[in-house]
Amino acid sequence: MVDFALTHAWLVPLLPALAFVIIVFLTRPWPKLSGAVSIAAMFSSFVLASSVAYGVFTNPGFIERPLIYSLRWFGMEGFTVDVGVMLDPTSAMMLFMVSMVATLIQIYSTGYMHGDPQYSVFFSYLSLFAASMLGLVISSNLLQMFILWELVGLCSFLLIGFYTFKISAREAAKKAFITTRIGDFGMLLGLLFLQIIFGTLDLAGLAERVPHYEQYGISLGLLTLIAILVFIGPIGKSGQFPLHVWLPDAMEGPTPVSALIHAATMVVAGVYLVGRTLFLFSEVPGAAEVIAFIGAFTAIFAATIAITQREIKRILAYSTVSQLGYMMLALGVGSLSAGMFHLWTHAFFKALMFLGAGSVLHALHDKADVWEMGGLIKKMPITGWTFVIGGLAIAGIPPFAGFWSKDEILVVTLEYARQGHALGYLLFFLASFTALLTAFYMWRMIFLTFFGKEKPENHPHESPLSMTFPLLVLAALAAVGGLIGTPWANVWGKWIHFGHPHHGEPNYGLMFFSVALAVAGIGLAYRLYYQDEEKKLAKQLAERYQPLYKLSYHKYYIDELYQWFTRQVVDASAAVFYWFDIHVVDNIVNGLAGATKLSGQGLRYFHTGRIQTYALVFFLALLVITVVLAFGSPTLAGSMGGVHS
Amino acid sequence: MGTALNPSYFMVLSAALFAIGLYGALSRKNAIAVLISIEIMLTAVNINLVAINKFLTPEAFIGQIFAIFVITVAAAEVGLGLAIIIAIYRNRHTVDLDDFNWMKW
Repeated sequence: MVDFALTHAWLVPLLPALAFVIIVFLTRPWPKLSGAVSIAAMFSSFVLASSVAYGVFTNPGFIERPLIYSLRWFGMEGFTVDVGVMLDPTSAMMLFMVSMVATLIQIYSTGYMHGDPQYSVFFSYLSLFAASMLGLVISSNLLQMFILWELVGLCSFLLIGFYTFKISAREAAKKAFITTRIGDFGMLLGLLFLQIIFGTLDLAGLAERVPHYEQYGISLGLLTLIAILVFIGPIGKSGQFPLHVWLPDAMEGPTPVSALIHAATMVVAGVYLVGRTLFLFSEVPGAAEVIAFIGAFTAIFAATIAITQREIKRILAYSTVSQLGYMMLALGVGSLSAGMFHLWTHAFFKALMFLGAGSVLHALHDKADVWEMGGLIKKMPITGWTFVIGGLAIAGIPPFAGFWSKDEILVVTLEYARQGHALGYLLFFLASFTALLTAFYMWRMIFLTFFGKEKPENHPHESPLSMTFPLLVLAALAAVGGLIGTPWANVWGKWIHFGHPHHGEPNYGLMFFSVALAVAGIGLAYRLYYQDEEKKLAKQLAERYQPLYKLSYHKYYIDELYQWFTRQVVDASAAVFYWFDIHVVDNIVNGLAGATKLSGQGLRYFHTGRIQTYALVFFLALLVITVVLAFGSPTLAGSMGGVHS
Repeated sequence: MGTALNPSYFMVLSAALFAIGLYGALSRKNAIAVLISIEIMLTAVNINLVAINKFLTPEAFIGQIFAIFVITVAAAEVGLGLAIIIAIYRNRHTVDLDDFNWMKW
């Protein structure tokens, strides 16, 4: 079974893709059947992915030498493209995690989407989404990865805009697609550069050649440019500043989609790509610094927005942006291990919290404002307590998953600073402060939603088993999923690392520090939003620092800024080009047509209609040509094909 | 045969025939006469082909084959030409080329 799985890993993405085809062409009229097909395919793919993961994680040889098999897709002179499968601990981990979360989300969707008229369509999209993501994860070639990357983008477009009758959903879908396309364009340019310079897009081939970039006749400056171009893709896909704007709006889709996009798939694709191409970024310290700073800035930026938001899913969305910034920070300081570890733990607790939020919305009939909730834990114990576990995990309370990965990131950032990198301590400060804010805004949300006074107008009820079962599984994983990466027995770091494995001594001081931060954040939230039943102090603070509060509540006016930019700059330049098109381009074209018409009108008088005149002209012309060929210049004769003796 | 036969005799004959044909084709007003003149020009070409073949490559029959092709095509062409002329005559009751000028602006 394991050997079969290792050599047939391509079946993992293929099964959901097949489910997509079956649902679209066969089972669409029968929603129950469509759901069953989709879940069956996804579950088989999960079983297969688990076998692959087992196979990889029992063979340490794969750490240094990944299992790669590929097919020639097409080739021509000096340019070949292979498609293939690349299995190493990183991709095996992703394969396992993505297929598992996707399976749980599909099970959850049977409850959440129950009775939706587009039920079958929804499952077909979910299957295609999972297929694209799983394919992306095992890609051995950057072009193959790019294609699947775009497919993931397409599916997210379809799913965010799933409620096509809602204008906001349609707008959000367009926004997501266009914003990520901007990033993808930069990435495509980067890939073209790589192909032209290094002659391959195979990850293994590039990893071999990029360190010797000088032999390929390029400077460090150009390589830095290429690395940054490639990184623009992940900026768009993983919602990094300044292309983060689409991600919070992506909440317009059904909640399982938000969980799928925000936890397991689309957004981590960017982080995964950076992890996969770390050989490139590690060569160019400049690009790595850019990644680290964008990551750290995004983390704190999104966290400061999240503390004032009111909609439950929006808070979670900004928290996702913030956590993705954390992962980028880890990759930027050169630690694949820490970045991927946070990706892994984040997938569980964030999927858990999104599904929990979906359960809440389900119970409250899509009432999303956390200020209108309260005391829900009494009526919805499973949702509530699993959500609390997610909150503990993301805040970084040991022994929950988030603590270990966040701690790991703080450790590597501190090490980075100690190695004498300029501004390294700034990164560390930003990361620590983000940790404090994360604990605060998460628990603000939890206290407002699940604790405190019940609101009489709400009639919540616990969700069905199909929805609570995934919550329970994810809660278990969010609780213990981090234990494989503790500083005492770092199994994770042994398997997934870049360069030399990280052998840090447990840094108890730092651990204490990060726990203190988390406790302080939770304590502050407790004081402001639980103890203070009327939330007087919170309101006073908002009053006193109103400019800051407004700045945060309006998300630093980034959307307005983009809107202004579109209106003023894009539309204005469009007007200029429109004028140019109408008055210059059109006039040139019309002028050419007019000139042709005029000359035709002049020349038509030579058209006598008398056949013998024409014949005479033919003959005279022939005579001229003959004379030229016979007596003219040899070059002309030669060029006309004549034989000159 | 013998030495008396000089290629230039054939050339002169052919050129003369061609010139006659050309003059006829360009100057005659009767469409049938123009057709006949074109046939004369083709004949001039055929003479040239056969004669030059004789003096350049006596073993091969390239010129002769070409001439046969020309004759074949000419037969078809005459048939077509006459058919067109008859069709025009039925419509216009004339075969005078000066009247055939309605293809102009």
